[in-house]
Amino acid sequence: MSAGSEQHPLRVAIVGSGPSGFYAAEGLLKSGRMVRLDMFERLPAPFGLVRHGVAPDHPKLKEPIRIYDRIARVPEFRLLGNVTVGRDVSVEELRAAYHAVLFCCGAESDRRLGIPGEDLPGSHTATEFVGWYNAHPDYRDREFDLSQEVAVIIGQGNVAIDVCRILAKTVDELKHTDIAAHALECLAASRIREIHLIGRRGPAQAKFTTKEFRELGELADCDPVVDPADLELNTESLAELEDRAGSVAKKNLEVLKGFASRPARPTRRRVFLRFLLSPVELLDDGGGGGGGGRLEQVVLERNRLEGGPFRQTARATGERLTLACGLLFRSIGYKGVAIPGVPFDPRQGVFPSRDGRIVDEAGAVIPGLYAAGWIKRGPTGIIGTNRADSMATVNSLLADLPTLDTGPKLGAEGLAGLRPGQGPRVVSYADWLVIDGAEVQRGASKGKPREKFTRVAEMLRLLDRPFREKPTEP
Amino acid sequence: MPTIVTGNCERCRFTDCVAVCPVACFHGDDQMLYIDNNVCIDCGACIPTCPVQAIYEEADLPGELRVWIAINAERAPNLPSITEKQEPLPGAEARKADLGF
Repeated sequence: MSAGSEQHPLRVAIVGSGPSGFYAAEGLLKSGRMVRLDMFERLPAPFGLVRHGVAPDHPKLKEPIRIYDRIARVPEFRLLGNVTVGRDVSVEELRAAYHAVLFCCGAESDRRLGIPGEDLPGSHTATEFVGWYNAHPDYRDREFDLSQEVAVIIGQGNVAIDVCRILAKTVDELKHTDIAAHALECLAASRIREIHLIGRRGPAQAKFTTKEFRELGELADCDPVVDPADLELNTESLAELEDRAGSVAKKNLEVLKGFASRPARPTRRRVFLRFLLSPVELLDDGGGGGGGGRLEQVVLERNRLEGGPFRQTARATGERLTLACGLLFRSIGYKGVAIPGVPFDPRQGVFPSRDGRIVDEAGAVIPGLYAAGWIKRGPTGIIGTNRADSMATVNSLLADLPTLDTGPKLGAEGLAGLRPGQGPRVVSYADWLVIDGAEVQRGASKGKPREKFTRVAEMLRLLDRPFREKPTEP
Repeated sequence: MPTIVTGNCERCRFTDCVAVCPVACFHGDDQMLYIDNNVCIDCGACIPTCPVQAIYEEADLPGELRVWIAINAERAPNLPSITEKQEPLPGAEARKADLGF
């Protein structure tokens, strides 16, 4: 008899607590089977990129947390926060304790440009900066030299635009968001005057959504700048715009034309939207005699487009130009991170899978291992995209039920590394709600929706408090 | 800025949109779906999934379709929530072709 009945519930470990993990949980809970779900999260705080990725000035995009909260309160669901799979608990142990293990662990590292000077001081990944302003504990102590006047962002996706907007906004535009206090303090002293957003293809091929793009034209003390020459499109690009598949690009172009034609305001900052350029080298300042130097300029090469409509690629022309900049962010995509015991495709940065079933090097399905979200399909799409993706993987899992190992499974109780007093302090959902409440309280006095904790130890300390705290002396 | 389902959904009801909605803001009657903009987060995930391009952000809504703003607002809250993809209505493919898609 396959798992999923009252006497014999289907036990699934979900690794990762971001959107794809919660939507997978939703799918399993609605499957009509009797399920027991344990969701593993390496931080004490759940919700993945909704908490640590979505920009602080986009509070609406964090509302899916309400849905996740509803799922997390279902009795069949447990959160096991502050537990790192692959370190505190091995994948082998999970396979022994659950009927299925579903990896929803996202794409936590960045693609590299692969050019000289990439790692110079002053050159950062967008991930670091986003994690820093969103209070991700991994990035709490990163430093960004905001005394520079020119910042360059390589890439034109929505993350690049987020980074751009946070650099471009005034403190007044950010201070009532849930941006980390340490980031707001640094941004308040920022001397950035120019931000260059560099895309390798033309404006008709840019990947941003129109909505995010329009926002760049609505900033308090920053204007967008577009070179009208960049808006003269080749015939292939014009054909793309006339096609139904080009409707977003068409809207983007209208926004760009609006930017190019509006009168300039005397703003403190400007965002330069630049196209058909690729970075080829980052140069340092020579280090001032001895020691390594820091970023001083980026060498860009001009591209032209080649290929038919919707298949145009950027080809270097050989024409080079330099741009002086002391701060640079690479935002050209994310890659997943390997976990011992799971096949990993280092080129794509994903767990190789077929219909959500993880496969080995020979392409054979490994029974009981599944993937959903960015670790399955790569870093594309937005929050909702992951819902359909997770449902598809859950459907594969449910279809496999008759073939899965049907022996009795212990779930988290079967994990030696998590026995009380042995492993990490496991953070339950009830524990998280204590942390959550404290964050909201900390934010209230500042007019912020919350002031996030930025260190794991701070969060864990909160959980022990009721047991340890003594009345303070007057 | 609201996101609006318009008349192209009528007699199609492909429901691809509901599968990507991160906040379960779609509601439906027998004929079509509507968005509850008190719940919608304007992420736009649904817009490109519609096979008949029935969904618009308000800013992009052509003048003759603006009547749907009020219709979504009025009907969505009173209809059942639709969160899983369903079979399109009979004749949906023919209507899609009629609409030029």
